[in-house]
Amino acid sequence: MPSPRYWREIPGRYRLEAGRCHGCGKVVYPTRRICPACRGAEFEPVLLSRRGRVVTSTVLRVSPDDFVMESPYAMAIVETPERVRLMVQVTDCEPSTVQPGMEVTLEFRLIRKEGQSGILCYGHKAVPVVAADTARSR
Amino acid sequence: MSGIVGYGAYIPRNRITSEEIARQWGKDPRSIQRGLLLEEKSVPGIDEDTITISVAAGRDALARADVDPQRVGALYIGSESHPYAVKPSGTVVAEALGIGPEVHVADFEFACKAGTEAMFVALSLVDSGRVEYAMGIGADTSQGAPNDALEFSASGGGAAYLFGRDRVLVDVLETYSFTTDTPDFWRREGQFYPRHGGRFTGEPAYFKHVEAAARGILARSGLKPEDFRFAVFHMPNGKFPLAAGKALGFTNEQMKTGRVVTTMGNTYSGSSPTGLAAILDVAEPGDRILITSFGSGAGSDAFVLQATDLLPSRRELGATVRSMLDGPRRYLTYGEYAKYREKIILNH
Repeated sequence: MPSPRYWREIPGRYRLEAGRCHGCGKVVYPTRRICPACRGAEFEPVLLSRRGRVVTSTVLRVSPDDFVMESPYAMAIVETPERVRLMVQVTDCEPSTVQPGMEVTLEFRLIRKEGQSGILCYGHKAVPVVAADTARSR
Repeated sequence: MSGIVGYGAYIPRNRITSEEIARQWGKDPRSIQRGLLLEEKSVPGIDEDTITISVAAGRDALARADVDPQRVGALYIGSESHPYAVKPSGTVVAEALGIGPEVHVADFEFACKAGTEAMFVALSLVDSGRVEYAMGIGADTSQGAPNDALEFSASGGGAAYLFGRDRVLVDVLETYSFTTDTPDFWRREGQFYPRHGGRFTGEPAYFKHVEAAARGILARSGLKPEDFRFAVFHMPNGKFPLAAGKALGFTNEQMKTGRVVTTMGNTYSGSSPTGLAAILDVAEPGDRILITSFGSGAGSDAFVLQATDLLPSRRELGATVRSMLDGPRRYLTYGEYAKYREKIILNH
């Protein structure tokens, strides 16, 4: 039952809340107790910009059970202007169009449902700034 | 005077055309397009619901207001598609927007009127001085049963309005509500799709309440239709708001900007609020605006608004309704639409 863990991660998942190290200024996401750059232990909360660029990506065609209805879908490592990298699903586009360097915004979306009767888990996904228009029926 | 200090709207990128739905059920697409005046509608993605739409619209409302979310003392979300039967949408939206925990939160329901209901209560709390800022949101991922007339219109989207007393973008000059018990459209507990009374949804329901609310607010404010530059009425389809507006003495020119239903569909609780957002995207200082919602069951809320000098510079801080309606879109086949709307039974 992942609900308690999901609840603990709400500031990071819902608001993209990260931590800026008092010692060296490095921004870490998700937040940590110890800075990986200078081993400082004091952080101030900062909100990540809700935009970034794709560093690398892949397309998932055989997905975990909770994501069957969404597959195939793209997963990408996105770097924000704070030089934080996070792995997110890329949505609202053809998965094959997701390429390194692509500009994305980070949008609040439903990530997964805990089965038929469990809680709904929300977070952020990447959306291409200019989406690929499949225009299949036009 | 209290008024709107920030607003935002959100419309998903997926679309399905009336032609594609008509083809699925062997109907004549031209008669749908002529009869209901609907070209296409928005479709929420698998990862979009009332909560995500509310967050997207709410973020733009806060950005346009440039207000610290911690100063928002009340948050109300009107919808008939809250993702949980028990557990509020508002708590998720408040956390995502950085509002609270010192905040009063509630989910509202009154068919398609729940959005203006949320706006009405938010405005009233600011008016009373009980809270500094209050947000009212109308959002829906509307349900329409397959092969029902509603399937051509039921869509996804919504709008958020932040009310306050300082740096007001749009003054609220008057409000009016008109409500009776009229069983024109309903969904019983446990039922997946709503039902409606066919033609009964017209004269005794939509037209009676919309026209009564509009006439009531005109009488109370002492204004005439020609005193307004814009008017928006709830949009269950393309035809009803035009007919109601005409009966009240409004011209097509006054209704054109807000009548976004032809390519957006009916976003239920988000319908007239999103039409209002499209108007605020272009309104000039001094312009008067009439918005009249309708919710089955049945009732209408009406607001007389007037744009201030601040509106033109503030609207640049968020996405416009037209940029979402005319911007990047993905056109779905009926099969993809059925999958997105979870109309397919899987063998788990």
